Amino acid sequence: MASFVDDVGALVRGLGTTFRHIFRPTVTYQYPEKRRPVHPRFRGRHKLMRYENGLERCIGCSLCAGVCPARAIYVEAAENTDEHRISPGERYARRYEINMIRCIFCGYCEEVCPTEAIVLGNDYELADYDRASFVYTKDMLLVPDPRAGEALVSRPT
Amino acid sequence: MSELVFQIVVAVVKSLIIIFALLTGFAYMTLFERKVAARIQIRYGPNRVGPFGLLQPLADGIKLFFKESPTPRGADRFVYLAAPCISATVALAAFAVIPIGPPIEIGGRQIGMYLSDASIGILYVLAVGSLGVYGITLAGWASNNKYSLLGGVRASAQMISYELSLGLSVLAVILVVGSPNMTKIVEFQGVVPLLLLQPLGFLLYLISGIAETNRAPFDLPEAESELVAGYHTEYSGMRFALFFMAEYINMITVSAIATTLYLGGYKGPIADGPWWFLLKVLALLFVYVWVRATLPRMRYDRLMNFGWRVLLPVSLLNVFLTAIGVLIIEGRV
Repeated sequence: MASFVDDVGALVRGLGTTFRHIFRPTVTYQYPEKRRPVHPRFRGRHKLMRYENGLERCIGCSLCAGVCPARAIYVEAAENTDEHRISPGERYARRYEINMIRCIFCGYCEEVCPTEAIVLGNDYELADYDRASFVYTKDMLLVPDPRAGEALVSRPT
Repeated sequence: MSELVFQIVVAVVKSLIIIFALLTGFAYMTLFERKVAARIQIRYGPNRVGPFGLLQPLADGIKLFFKESPTPRGADRFVYLAAPCISATVALAAFAVIPIGPPIEIGGRQIGMYLSDASIGILYVLAVGSLGVYGITLAGWASNNKYSLLGGVRASAQMISYELSLGLSVLAVILVVGSPNMTKIVEFQGVVPLLLLQPLGFLLYLISGIAETNRAPFDLPEAESELVAGYHTEYSGMRFALFFMAEYINMITVSAIATTLYLGGYKGPIADGPWWFLLKVLALLFVYVWVRATLPRMRYDRLMNFGWRVLLPVSLLNVFLTAIGVLIIEGRV
């Protein structure tokens, strides 16, 4: 009999708990309108960074492509010349492509990069309608030139 | 207009109103359940389709309507198709004798707010309600699927077991009122709702009612953790929707009967009318959802133990005590 009373008490307490929860404020983020802030070390969509003077950091060394466990990165390097200077080093990436379907967002490319050219950003809304559009090209990945508007001129650093 | 034609027109109009109200009630009961369960889980629930998600049932309906409904190989086609129809029809039919308001006058004639004022009233509800188990059991058997079959067998065993307690708790009400007629039962509760005379009976009715409608924590026939989806595993689209509809309309009916039997039906402290009926039914439906959102599913042997070794003896005791009480009050002992 005592255990029966305990059992019924447990049921009533359970119902009481759930009833109180009805009046609690919800914890839902109304997603497309309100977004959760991402963590500082969140690994989202990649960015190819530049120096303050607008030159690209990437020197086309292909270490990122080499370390990539998913083999998602393709780099094709070309020589810098004084007339046509893209990055401060000897070479720059003429083509830089990441296949976002293959990428596992491990961040090894970011770790291995000697010039901190490739960085994983905060953007995580990467859905698209066809497979071809998941191959992100260099001009999609490259951050805008900080000297926006100015012509790109060769300027050794 | 001859009297017969008038009666037929009235019956048809009343039927259409009841069916329309029950189907709307079913649609919005799904939203109500999702909303309340969401609040209990500190969520919003559906709020994207229309203001406060009010068009969600419509969206769900359209989705179900356009879904493919394949019939499994080896299924007994006729029974497979008949089962959801039985469930839905029986669920709709049980509402016929419930008075939802005091009689109104139209064109000098008294029109009761029920489809039929059957003298056997509550017995009709029990009879029709117990047919509902056929829909579920036949669905389980006809699907040619082991999970469906287990769900159907569970449903029949469970519904038969709990129908005893349900019937006995109703019997106590009939003893007190002296008539199974629904209108008389409501009129009896003009001063005091039967809840105060039959608190134990009300509790028994509520528990058996949850088991009868196969709702959590007694939703063993569709226990998704063991039986995929139980008796409606092989049903999809509108065929599934019919089972879903039957379950929700049964909930509404069981709540409406509890309102009529124990809470005084359409009677209230002031201004008797259908609004009191609606309010009480809504309160009971809230209890249904609340219980579902709180309690986990029972184990099958415990469900059977509880039905036969706890509910049934207590129901018998309740009838016994009620009978003695009635005899003492009538001065026959």
